[in-house]
Order: sequence, then structure tokens, then C-alpha cells
Amino acid sequence: MAMLTVKDLEVYYGVIKAIKGVSFEVNEGEIIALIGANGAGKTTILHTITGLISPKNGSIEFEGKDLTKTPAHKIVSMGMAHVPEGRRIFQELTVLENLKLGAYTRKDKKEIAETLEKVYERFPRLKERYKQVAGTLSGGEQQMLAMGRALMSHPKIILMDEPSMGLSPLLVSEIFDIIKVIKEAGTTVLLVEQNAKKALSVADRAYVLETGNIVKEGKASDLLNDDSIKKAYLGE
Amino acid sequence: MSFISYLISGISLGSIYAIIALGYTMVYGIAKMLNFAHGDIIMVGGYAVFTIGITCGMNKWIAMLVGVVVCTVLGIVIEKVAYKPLRGASSLAVLITAIGVSYLLQNLALLIFGSNPKSFTSVVSVPMIKLANGELTITGETIVTIIVCIIIMVVLTLFINKTKAGRAMLAVSEDKGAAQLMGVNVNGTIALTFAIGSALAAVAGILLCSAYPQIIPTTGAMPGIKAFTAAVFGGIGSIPGALIGGIILGVIESLGQAYISSQLADAIVFSVLIIVLLVKPTGIFGKKINEKV
Ligand SMILES: Nc1ncnc2c1ncn2[C@@H]1O[C@H](COP(=O)(O)OP(=O)(O)O)[C@@H](O)[C@H]1O
Ligand SMILES: [Mg+2]
Repeated sequence: MAMLTVKDLEVYYGVIKAIKGVSFEVNEGEIIALIGANGAGKTTILHTITGLISPKNGSIEFEGKDLTKTPAHKIVSMGMAHVPEGRRIFQELTVLENLKLGAYTRKDKKEIAETLEKVYERFPRLKERYKQVAGTLSGGEQQMLAMGRALMSHPKIILMDEPSMGLSPLLVSEIFDIIKVIKEAGTTVLLVEQNAKKALSVADRAYVLETGNIVKEGKASDLLNDDSIKKAYLGE
Repeated sequence: MSFISYLISGISLGSIYAIIALGYTMVYGIAKMLNFAHGDIIMVGGYAVFTIGITCGMNKWIAMLVGVVVCTVLGIVIEKVAYKPLRGASSLAVLITAIGVSYLLQNLALLIFGSNPKSFTSVVSVPMIKLANGELTITGETIVTIIVCIIIMVVLTLFINKTKAGRAMLAVSEDKGAAQLMGVNVNGTIALTFAIGSALAAVAGILLCSAYPQIIPTTGAMPGIKAFTAAVFGGIGSIPGALIGGIILGVIESLGQAYISSQLADAIVFSVLIIVLLVKPTGIFGKKINEKV
């Protein structure tokens, strides 16, 4: 059985239907990419999964539990972390305070300290700057902080919304390398990206979203060679 | 010597404004709303202590404890009944509701206690001190008010910066959605903020009624508005801003009353606010305001 199953999801903003019956699955250990143009509904889907928006219809099951009836603040302790679009780190708090908030629902101080060490190992720049106010970090560092903060909850699955947005090509590659490392460490990843080429190059499977509908799905390597995808999303 | 005496009573009055302003500023920072009923909580606190301590003749410590508890519960109930259903509504709708709650509290007090002033007995038993051969006297109320204000500031600052609940408050004040993704219960955090603000209003009410020992249903209105002014003056949302704003306002009021005109003192206070806001719209400690629509 899949780890995360989204079925016939419909989401509205007022009278506007943004998600028009979307279904997909994420299996444990996979990187799943959800690609699509700006405004396709990628962020809306992630926000609905973690409870920041309520769906009108459809179901979201995570390890057999119905997430549509779970309040947003109870999701993270179930093992699901969300790196939101635009990073949304706490600008006025320090790097360390942000990371500690990532472990907000965890109780065991020793385990939290161990996770913090791992996060620092993965993102040495965060360790160097642990006392710095987060709002003064560069864009790439803020993205690393957002990812580190999510990892602090020790999630089973991590949802990432456009982690490459606004970063230089060099940093984009670095971020995607980290995503692979996160997967290899055993965390499942649901990756939302406009940068389809990069996303498909790290993903196992992918879904293509167009104005609220999934129009294509398949193995990431197949989609990379698909002519219509090449034309519409890969700029070839 | 009289200047110093006016200055000290201004600092004491300002300490009361600061304690009230903390409630305004915390609720604004976290719920992004102006709780105009906050001043009336002061009055409720005053009447609660009056009823338990004077009408029922109980020990003053019990009376004060009851006053604080009543206000804390009232703050939580008001938030739950009046403001929570409006989360996501326009700020104008919330503002009008808050004004409605303010009138409701004042009129309930009018109904229960009548319009005649009740005389309050000071809860302070610290003796006044005389300095400079008796030329400078400082009342026990003044001393206690300033000390209580300092204690509150220290404890609140420690609470916010050192405890998990305090961190959650900072997170919610910056980004409710992101705070929820961390596992912070936003509704719970807002309720806690109202509880703390209202408990502080009760303390302010007790200090105010001890310094000016009379209580009427509109007792909280003017100090409420002045504390709001102090909060804006200091930079709404900022805790040190509430302290500095409150003290400056109290001092201006006290000195204005003594040296310019007792009738114009309030006008002077509000003129200063207008001037400060023209020069620095975000107040002294104000940061950029991420106004939620
Ligand atoms: N808060 C909102 N209110 C109204 N419409 C919205 C809101 N957020 C997004 N939308 C609309 O929903 C659609 C999907 O948006 P979004 O999920 O942000 O897309 P993506 O993340 O793929 O760029 C877009 O048409 C967008 O304009
Ligand atoms: Mg998006």
C-alpha cells in the first residue's frame, strides 16, 4: 500500500475550482515529482495535504490515516514535514531558533540534539551561522534553513515546494544533490517544481499538473524522453 | 524638588499604561487585531476586587487573585466567542466587534454596579517615603506600581524568549501557516495571548484603582485609550516599545498637567502621538508592519 494516497481531490478558492479531481500516490522511499507551470495548482495540493487549506471533495490518506480531518498542527507529529513555497522561515528568529521550532512537537531532548547534529552535518553553513538572524541569510542559505527545519521533525516524508526558486544554477544543483541525500537517508520526498528538468532528473516517478488536472504520469526517466513534455516543460 | 516628584508620579502612571499596553501589543502582534475591549478588562478587574475585597470583606490577596482569574477567563471567553469566529474576516469587522464588546462590558457593569462611583480601598500597604527633608514624598502605590511593572517586564521577556510556548508565540506572530507546519496550535497560542494580556489588565486595574481609588463603569476606557496610544507610540507589536511608550506617555501627562494645564494634559498626550506618528509611522521600536488584510 502506498504511503500517501491522494484521491479525487477537489479544492476551491471561493467559487474558483483550483484543483479539479486529482489522484496520485507516493510510495515509501520514492522521490515523486509534481511538475507544472506557474498557477497549475501545485502549491494548493501541498497546502491541502498538510491542512493549511481544506478540500471540498476527495481524500488524503497518510499511512492509513485520513488527513482531511486532521488539523494542520497535528500533521508534523505524524511524520510529515512541509518545506513551503517561498521558504517561510521565521525571519526575526535566529537560525538555531528556527531549527528548534522544527522539532517543536518532539519531546526527547537527546534525540533532538542528535538530529540537530545531523542537520548541521548536512548543512555546515547553518552551523557556522547558528546565531545569525534568519532574515539576514542569503536566499540559498534560507532554503537550506527551511529544509533543515523540516528535517528537525525527523519526518518519514518531506514535501518540498519549489526549493530551487530564485536560486543561482550552482545552488540549484546543490539543493537537488541534498534532496537525493535525503532520500538515500530513508526519507520519502514529494517534490513540487517548475524546474521540470532538474526535478525529473532526481525523481523516481512524476505527475504532470495542468490547470488543476493531472495530464500525465509515469517514470521520471520516461517523461524526460517524452516529446510533449520535452516541448512544454523542458524547453527542447 | 517638585519636578522630581511629578516625574516620579509620571513614571508610575506610565508603568500602569505600560502594563495595559503590553496586552494591546501582544494581542496585536499575535492575532493581528486591535482589541479595543482591552481597557474595559481593567474595569472588570477593579470591580471584581472591589466585590470580593470590600463588599464581601475577604482578604485582599484572595480578592486580587479572584480579580486576576476573572479577567483571565473573561479574556479567553471574549476571544473564543467574539473574535475567533471572525478569524479571516476583514479587520474592520473585527474592530467593530471589539468596540461592541467594550460597550457590552461597560453596560453590564452599569447594570450590576450602577453609575455611582464605588470607592476602592488601596491594596498597597507599603508606607510612603519622604526624601530631601520631607520635600519629596513618594507614595507606597507609586513604589509598588513601578516595581510590579519591572517584574512583569522581566518575567514576560524571559517567558517569550526562553520557553517553548513563548517561542511558539513569536512564530505565530510572524507566520501563522508556517507555525502550524511546525506543529504549533495557533488557536491555543492566541487564547494564551489573550489570557496573559487580560491577567495583566487585571493587575493594571488593581494598581490604577489603588492609586486613584474610585471605580465607575468607564474607569478602563481612558487608560485603555492611552495605553493603546502608548503601544502605538512605542511601536505596536513590540514589548520594549510598550514599556517605553507607556512611561513616556505617563511622564508627558504628569508634567503637562503640572506645568502647562491640567485640562489640556490629555490633548498634549495625543498631540505627541500624532507628531511621533508623522515623523516615524511605525513608532519608536516599530518594525516594518506586515499588515494582514
Ligand atoms: N489564496 C488564493 N486565492 C485565490 N486563488 C488562489 C489562491 N492561491 C492560489 N490561487 C489560484 O489557484 C491556482 C493554483 O495556484 P497555485 O496552487 O499557487 O499554483 P502553483 O503552485 O502550481 O503555481 C492559480 O490559478 C492561482 O491563481
Ligand atoms: Mg506554487
